[in-house]
Amino acid sequence: MPTIVVDVMPKPELLDPQGKAVAGALNRTGHSLVTGVRQGKRFEITVDGPVDEAVRAEIRTIAEEILSNSVIEDVVAIDFGDAELGADETAEA
Amino acid sequence: MRVGVITFPGSLDDRDAQRAVRLAGAEPVALWHGSHDLEGVDALILPGGFSYGDYLRCGAIASLSPIMTEVVDAANRGMPVLGICNGFQMLAEAHLLEGGLIRNDHGSFICRDQVLRVENASTDWTAEFEAGEQITIPLKNGEGGFIADDETLDRLEGEGRVAFRYVDVNPNGSLRDIAGITNARGNVVGLMPHPEHAVEPGFGPDTAAAMRSGVDGLRFFTSVIQRTLAAA
Repeated sequence: MPTIVVDVMPKPELLDPQGKAVAGALNRTGHSLVTGVRQGKRFEITVDGPVDEAVRAEIRTIAEEILSNSVIEDVVAIDFGDAELGADETAEA
Repeated sequence: MRVGVITFPGSLDDRDAQRAVRLAGAEPVALWHGSHDLEGVDALILPGGFSYGDYLRCGAIASLSPIMTEVVDAANRGMPVLGICNGFQMLAEAHLLEGGLIRNDHGSFICRDQVLRVENASTDWTAEFEAGEQITIPLKNGEGGFIADDETLDRLEGEGRVAFRYVDVNPNGSLRDIAGITNARGNVVGLMPHPEHAVEPGFGPDTAAAMRSGVDGLRFFTSVIQRTLAAA
């Protein structure tokens, strides 16, 4: 069963309070090398059958319209899991 | 006058909203997210809470509920729709209102009696206020930071669509102190603070007159009743 990975991140210009809290905790525990953390989401999606162009198109739509909210987030990568075709597909902004 | 209050899995303030409708003088109608039936109501409230545990994004999964098809159609036909807190997040996710709500800038949940300025007193839900009037109603949220891009913010301000602004304290990092907005037609209003918790003496925010006597929220509900009766 093919697994497709979708990565979603808060928009770079927005404050990311979760990432900021994580960075603060890392600094407090002595990891002074950390200058910043941003926290996003990773979705692992399984589908039946081959990941053909129709499946890719549908997953891109799902990623942009449901898994992310374009007002506050960007889909930064969709990995369709087929290394021979060039693994990482970076979604258009 | 019948006002529907939709319950989603994880709604918390649905019965408070029903009570507010009753105290304002209308009949509350409990509606269910999984239905496609608005049961002939005259107005709709999407209540506060944590639908679907805020999974994915606050309000995102609820905005895909079966009944939301009918809510969007009704809103586009002009039916008054009020989104409170989680309901505001649903309206944003359903694209009935612009912008988005993100985690409070200070990272903590906040609960306080909040002063607001009514910026637009001509919507279906604010007609009984005076423009510029200051009111106090409870606020309680973890992800109430209102954001939009500058062009959208300028347009909202230019079109008079900022309905409420935070006064004295910006409790969550909302851009331009925006607490609530309206659509262009004035029938769809969303805000983070909770008018339904300030509708009955003894159970509202403190005022200068007496503890817990604040009932500034009641006029949201009397506004929509007056508007609907005037249009009938």
